[in-house]
Amino acid sequence: MAARKITLTLKVWRQAGPDEKGGFEKYHLKDINTDMSFLEMIDVLNEKLTMDGRDPVAFDHDCREGICGMCGAVVDGIAHGPERETTLCQLHMRHFKDGQTISIEPFRAKAFPLIKDLVVDRSTLDRIIQAGGFISVNTGSAPDANALPVSQNLAEQAMDAAACIGCGACVAACPNAAAMLFVSAKISQLALLPQGQAERAKRALSMVQAMDREGFGNCGNERECEAVCPKGISIRNIARLNREFLYASMVADEEG
Amino acid sequence: MQLDARIPEGPLAEKWDRCRFTNKLVNPANKRKYDILVVGTGLAGASASATLAELGYNVKAFCIQDSPRRAHSIAAQGGINAAKNYQNDGDSIFRLFYDTIKGGDFRAREANVYRLAQVSNNIIDQCVAQGIPFAREYGGTLANRSFGGAQVSRTFYARGQTGQQLLFGAYSAMMRQVAAGKVKLYPRREMMDLVMIDGRAQGIVCRNMINGELERYSGHAVVLATGGYGNVYFLSTNAMASNVTAAWRAYKHGAGFANPSFVQIHPTCIPVHGDYQSKLTLMSESLRNDGRVWVPKKPRDTRDPMDIPEEDRDYYLERKYPNFGNLVPRDVASRNAKEACDKGKGVGETGLAVYLDFRDAISRDGLDVIMKKYGNLFHMYEKITAADPGRVPMMIYPAVHYAMGGLWVDYNLMSNVPGLFVLGEANFSDHGANRLGASALMQGLADGYFILPYTIGNYLAEIGYGSLNIAHESYTRSEEHVTQRIAALLSNRESGKKGLQTVDHYHRRLGRIIWDYCGMARNREGLEKAQSLVPELKEEFWEKVTVPGIGQELNQSLERAGRVADFMEFAEIMIQDALARKESCGCHLREESQTDEHEALRDDKHYSHVAVWEHSGQGNPAVLHKEPLVFENVKPSQRSYK
Repeated sequence: MAARKITLTLKVWRQAGPDEKGGFEKYHLKDINTDMSFLEMIDVLNEKLTMDGRDPVAFDHDCREGICGMCGAVVDGIAHGPERETTLCQLHMRHFKDGQTISIEPFRAKAFPLIKDLVVDRSTLDRIIQAGGFISVNTGSAPDANALPVSQNLAEQAMDAAACIGCGACVAACPNAAAMLFVSAKISQLALLPQGQAERAKRALSMVQAMDREGFGNCGNERECEAVCPKGISIRNIARLNREFLYASMVADEEG
Repeated sequence: MQLDARIPEGPLAEKWDRCRFTNKLVNPANKRKYDILVVGTGLAGASASATLAELGYNVKAFCIQDSPRRAHSIAAQGGINAAKNYQNDGDSIFRLFYDTIKGGDFRAREANVYRLAQVSNNIIDQCVAQGIPFAREYGGTLANRSFGGAQVSRTFYARGQTGQQLLFGAYSAMMRQVAAGKVKLYPRREMMDLVMIDGRAQGIVCRNMINGELERYSGHAVVLATGGYGNVYFLSTNAMASNVTAAWRAYKHGAGFANPSFVQIHPTCIPVHGDYQSKLTLMSESLRNDGRVWVPKKPRDTRDPMDIPEEDRDYYLERKYPNFGNLVPRDVASRNAKEACDKGKGVGETGLAVYLDFRDAISRDGLDVIMKKYGNLFHMYEKITAADPGRVPMMIYPAVHYAMGGLWVDYNLMSNVPGLFVLGEANFSDHGANRLGASALMQGLADGYFILPYTIGNYLAEIGYGSLNIAHESYTRSEEHVTQRIAALLSNRESGKKGLQTVDHYHRRLGRIIWDYCGMARNREGLEKAQSLVPELKEEFWEKVTVPGIGQELNQSLERAGRVADFMEFAEIMIQDALARKESCGCHLREESQTDEHEALRDDKHYSHVAVWEHSGQGNPAVLHKEPLVFENVKPSQRSYK
């Protein structure tokens, strides 16, 4: 498909800081090449704003190949935009029409306080991992890697869950701003593998507590998280999280 | 400049043992009295932070992203090498060592590379214990695949996301130590300067990227794990924020910069498609197992590839290298693509692309089989380009990928600046003039999990755990210097000058100069031209760059401006290094140094050394020092793929 040039109207959320008043500002862009990525389109906008003597739009991004999880915004009401299983950096302008108006907002959640424009603070996700998203094994104390066989099926399922990039789109899409998909992905990965068994119960309780403490809501089975997840993480993991939590609550005094 | 590599005496296989035995130890009860600063949280930085904290040291870890989990190690696709010999195919520590040093075209230290091969096995054990979901065989044992430059199957992998999974392992180990109070995390911090007190690295000055404040941090040692400098080319496969700033600040304080012109250019990336492009995306080179590389025989042939008949196609790799064909090493594949495009045979809108065609593989094996092997890559390609490689040939072009050069370090991974340690891609140590696939992850984790934690103790035991002075005037001087620089970058905007341009404008122009004259193929004339173009551009940059906003806020233009300013200076030693090395080696063809068949010709007599550049004051050219490379266990041979 040959590249086309399109004209766009952007409505971008601008907010100078967490305590400032924010609002949409409108910008017109001409000659946007449809081979551009969405973030390259914002680059073009920012170059224009800079040359016009205005402040460019602040937005988080880094690898621009869909893996680091740093980028993300709500595009026309959908976290990461209209393409399924696609991060914002991997969304291309060929999916937009000539003359279209596009709204761009930050990920909104109580647990993701806004820093500036489209940039939010997602350090709450790191703190959930600190609560137990690991296997306690010091460097040097590991047995031979093949000493512990892992069935191919379990390894594959663990990998499906481990693919989470921690972008937070699931939180932004959830009506309750829950982080259940994120938490369940980590808990599933480690609960499925034999290496994760020793701390299985303790981990589930501790990570769920951290999730509540950090101000995330609860799952209401809306499945919005799964719909926007750029890595296709299934809500099956949330079902597993619920089982793990229930089991852990019952055996807490016996295990870890 | 004193360059003592401190390689232990004795046979190759015993050097690492000897080093660990002769190194001084820090008493376990005293470890908690030491503070260590670790800059960067990729594989090397995160694994070092976690391990040092487990040992009892107090670690402060810094990263420029919002979370340590975003570091660019995450983007590595292929895998990680180890000499496990699980496939029973004759692998050994010596073989991994030999392949790595040969792959680096005999421009790395024997002792370092051997140690890397030795600890490779511990890495796999550690990562599996952390719960990394490596690919498995049906019986539950670990699976391996083959990679370029090796005849054994020794690469461990987690689908196409090995870097991501290994990083999450190191990140989670570090998070565990954050919870234990042994690692303090400082995200969204950019290191602006190294602080030297009494001739030792003892602190850093960071810019808090949220409010723009300068912050002081002190430590008994400073560890840089800040990645590579590929973004000097503007377009590369690196992340947007990857930069040379931390390493460059260290260089300004006397740390030697080794082999800055050694950069790997990866042959299979999606081509550049417009002047707005911000980065290049790599496609796994495994595609060359089934894809055939070709260009039209006739220059500027604009026909649709499907309409170009067999007799008008030039499968140039198969023609020139009948034995290896499309599977020649990265550097040979890259150079030949450039050569074809330079002759006007390039394809696509820009003429800077060659075809990678799966037509024959599909008609041989069927689309199903090919999709099973490469489905995810075909999908990724289609997402970016809107073309389906199952129907039309892919277009590919080489892109800057990995920096083999970096800060000079001794066997203990300490630079020539006492107390400054350098890990991972940021150092120069293990890959010589060319890195083999699946070796970057191995080196990052070797440095962080298994080398630095032992070697740093020797230094710390020597200096003792004296108190640190955060009020020292060296911090004040650093802060003043940083403040002035930021003010200078912000000053043009309101100056009323005409012809101001954005940061990206200058970065793009810098990248173009380096790509054209200091890329895959270089010659004296071009390098000398670049040598005059870069300082001119640097001057114009400081005169005309427009940076909006103020210093005391989240200001992404200012962040980029500071990095580009450092790239401008760094580019000069890169060119100087390329000029001084009048041989072809590893990734680089020096056009004056070729065989009769136009293949790269190494010159061991004159260039079997590490080139180390020393800063000699603002405005003066850098001074070259040489660390000779001694080969006692392998015999350097000329590579041939004919």
